Parts: sequence; structure tokens; C-alpha cells
Amino acid sequence: MADYKDIIASCKDQKGGIIEAFHALQQEFNYIPREALTEAARVFGISEAQAYGVATFYSYLSVEKRGKYIIRMCESAPCHVAGADELLKAIEKELSIKVGETTSDGKFTLELTECVGQCQATPVITINSEPLFNVTAEVLPQVLSAYK
Amino acid sequence: MAEEMRVLLEYADKINPEIADEYVKIGGYVGLEKARKMDPNDLIQEVRSSGLRGRGGAGFNAGMKWSFVPKNAEIKYVVCNLDEGEPGTYKDRIICEKNAQALLEGMAICGAAIDSNQGYIYCRGEYPFIVKLLKNAIKSAKELGALGDFNIEVRMGAGAYVCGEETALIESIEGHRGEPRFKPPFPGVAGLWGVPTVVNNVETFACLPSILTNGAAWFAGIGAAKYPGTKVLTLTGDTNNPTYFEVPTDYILRDVIYKLGGGVKGGKKLKAVQVGGTSGAFIPESNLDTPIDFDSMGAIGAALGSGAVFVMDETRDIVDIVSRISKFFEHESCGKCNPCREGTFRCREIMEKINSGKATQKDIDNILLLSRVMKKAALCGLGQAAPIPIESTIKHFADEYARKIV
Repeated sequence: MADYKDIIASCKDQKGGIIEAFHALQQEFNYIPREALTEAARVFGISEAQAYGVATFYSYLSVEKRGKYIIRMCESAPCHVAGADELLKAIEKELSIKVGETTSDGKFTLELTECVGQCQATPVITINSEPLFNVTAEVLPQVLSAYK
Repeated sequence: MAEEMRVLLEYADKINPEIADEYVKIGGYVGLEKARKMDPNDLIQEVRSSGLRGRGGAGFNAGMKWSFVPKNAEIKYVVCNLDEGEPGTYKDRIICEKNAQALLEGMAICGAAIDSNQGYIYCRGEYPFIVKLLKNAIKSAKELGALGDFNIEVRMGAGAYVCGEETALIESIEGHRGEPRFKPPFPGVAGLWGVPTVVNNVETFACLPSILTNGAAWFAGIGAAKYPGTKVLTLTGDTNNPTYFEVPTDYILRDVIYKLGGGVKGGKKLKAVQVGGTSGAFIPESNLDTPIDFDSMGAIGAALGSGAVFVMDETRDIVDIVSRISKFFEHESCGKCNPCREGTFRCREIMEKINSGKATQKDIDNILLLSRVMKKAALCGLGQAAPIPIESTIKHFADEYARKIV
């Protein structure tokens, strides 16, 4: 696993690039570890409180540990009318977790999201930002089984 | 008239958007070449007289926006808004996937007009694959020498709807929380890192190459006189054909739904259509014969916005959908100003009360009062637009509310 210091250093030449650094950290760890947040604040010359303020403003950034695969369920209006509520219940049942939780084996984290811009094939979920289309309760087990 | 008119998407799926050379073969980068030979003032005047207005939703004349940039400033920036957070909207993604080079060319044309050699594309965090596509597209254009000394950097957002507001977007590029700034000063005077900055939407930039190539008069002659050109729409909800279309701006809303969209799914009747994304007004069947352009939509109390068209059939529960929408705004409010932070919270609270059958007429009166306050007092477009779906449905679909209140 790459060192968080190297990841942050690779972004330091981008003016205001702390959000780019956070993305790069999440690419590696799926969240922003505490020590990485401290280091990023130092490298970009802001206080740790400010860095924390940035990291917690954006819904795609997390300062809490998450699973290997992050499932995001879209609940915006087009997905809502296509049955997002039923699908959400099916995901929670299938994985035995609620929104915001991670499965005990550390594999899946379930989050809600607003529109991901794939409304041609609703309802939509994303797994680690890859969009999956027309997901229904029936096909859900098959969809999830592809993620080992 | 029921045909699409493809300008931006004319070569969709016929060229690889990442390869600049393929774009050049179909006449790409001719507009930029022309722009570079023009006097910047004439170039701005040309864009201004084409009548091109912002495609992100605000509908401001693009050339006029550029003319506000002070000539004597040493550093200036061109920023592309690819935040596209408005639910039901994916037209900017489609423009990038089908014709990314036109966006790059458009940004460079703007660079020539305001004398800037640095552009930024702010791409929403939901589209990491578009970030990759754009980086490849920029690399290809640079290698070909098509962009000259104009550089473009791609920055990725991280899931904040409010960053579609131009000053919040600027804050985010600077590495801050994406909270809107007080205006004035406007970005044209003091924008990214405090220097003059033009922020335009993807579709606005992508219109520029054809305007320069074919001339301002050509563009001004397409579609509606006061909002000329084409518009890329995304059709969602209860439609037989949930996809994207490019149409002239005088295209009729009814034709979008019934001709391009093939009508309402399952042969059902239409109840409502929401245009412009989740912040748009709900439009009843009786207003369907309205052209989609900015001013015609405004005249019926709606907005073209991002060009999202969300169709709801006769079985849909309007109050339930508006409750969901009010939750969206509560979640996306950045919390900087009180009217929005508190207002979106109360809107959601009252909408859920109505939706669960526990509200009275007094609650409807209260939410209408709150709507007026938010529209007048919120700092940015988010808080000002958040009550629009509520107000428009109370106006046009009063029965839906009446049957839920006690």
C-alpha cells in the first residue's frame, strides 16, 4: 500500500490541490485517515481544523473508515419514481446493514447519494463510482456477487 | 417540427472525443484559428451578437459576461462548470462523451477573447471516467498543437450540488469548502484566486466553435430569437424514450414528450412535467404547448434550467415527489446563510408533515410564506430556487395537497 505522505506530496504542486490529494488518498484507502489529514493540512499550509472542514463538507469524502466497496444508492427524483425506496430496502436486507454502515467482513459500505447523472437507466447505484443501471431487487444478488 | 437538430452532437459516436485529430478532420479547431486572428474586442462582439446565452441555467449573454473582464489585468482564468448536479441532468456528460474537443476549443476561444492562457474544468466527483476522458482529450489536443499556448487543467469536485454555483465552484477549486461568496464582486472582476475569471457551462463553451466557424448570424438564426441555438435535453421519468436530444430552442415541450419521447410510458396520461432539474417548476398539461427557450419557459413561471425534462404520469403522487425534492435541498444546503439552512430544513419538515397526512391549511400558508422569504433572502440560487417545486405544485396541483391535509 502506498504511503500517504507520497500520495499527498504528488499533489502539492497543484495550487489549492488539497481536494485532489483527498481524492488520491481515498483511491488508496477508501477514506481519509487521521494522520493523512494532518499531513495534508501541513503540506497545503492550512490548519488541521480547516482541512477537516473541507474533508467533511463534501459527501464523497469520508474521514471514517469504509469498506472495500462503497455502494451509493441514488435517491433523487428520477430514481425515486423508478423504485429507489424498494431497492434501498432490498440492499439493506441483502447485506444486513443500514445506510452509513459497513458489513462485518469490511466488504461493503452503503451510502445514499443524490443524482449521479445516469438517469437514462433508473434506478442507478454506483459501486466505487462505477454506475450500474436498471438495478432491481431481483437482479441485486447477482449484481453484488460480482464484487469479491 | 419534430426532428432533432444536431450541432454539438452532430458527430456523436462517429468520432473519438479523446482524439483531437479526428475532430480536426470534421472541421474542428477552425473556429479557434479564426478567433485567434481577430481583435479580442471584435471576437467578444461576435459572440455577443450571436445571442449565445449561458446554458447552465442563468441564461446570461456569454459575450456580455466576457466583456466585464478588465483588459489590463495581468492574469485571467477561463473556468468550465462541469458540476452538473441538477437531478435528471446529464447533458454535459453526453457533450464530453461525444464531443469533448468542442469544449476544449470553446474554452480556448474564450481564452483568446479575454487574453487568458489558463483554463480549468471543474468536473463533478460523480464522473471520474469523464475526468479521465478529458485529460486524454487535452493531452491529444496539446500534442497536436491545436490549443497553442492555452493550458487546461481538470479538477474534480466531491459531491456537492452547491458547487454548481459559480463562486462556490471557485472556492472548491481553491481547495476550500464549497460555499458561495457574496456578490459583487462578480467572478469577471475578482474570481479564482482573486483575479478576473470567466465561468461558463460546458454546453456554452461547446457552442462557440460552430459560432466562429459559421458566423454569429448563422447561430442567431437558429431557434428562438432571444435564446438562439440548440439545447441538449435529457428526458427522464415516465417516458418511453429516456435519453438525450438536441433540439432548436423554439422546440415545443409537448413535442419533446410525445414525439421525441414517444409519449408517456405504458400509454398512461401525463400528470406533470418538471423542466430544468429538481429546482424547476412543475408544469401542468395545459402549458405543454410552450417553446423550451429561456424566456418562453419564464413566461409560464417555469425555467429551462439545465434542460432536464422529468415526466410524471397520472398515477404519480406529486406531494410525495415534492417531499423527496425538499429532502434533497435540505441535504445540499451548504449552511452558510440562514434563510437557506433553516428554510430548507423547515420546507422538508412541513412537506413530510403534509405527505404523512398530518398537516392543516395553516401549514400550507406557512410554507408559502417561507417560500417567499427564501426566494428574496437566500444568498445564492440554491436557497432561492428550493421553494419553486413546492410553490408551483401548490399552484397547479392544489387537489393533490387538499386530499392530504386534515
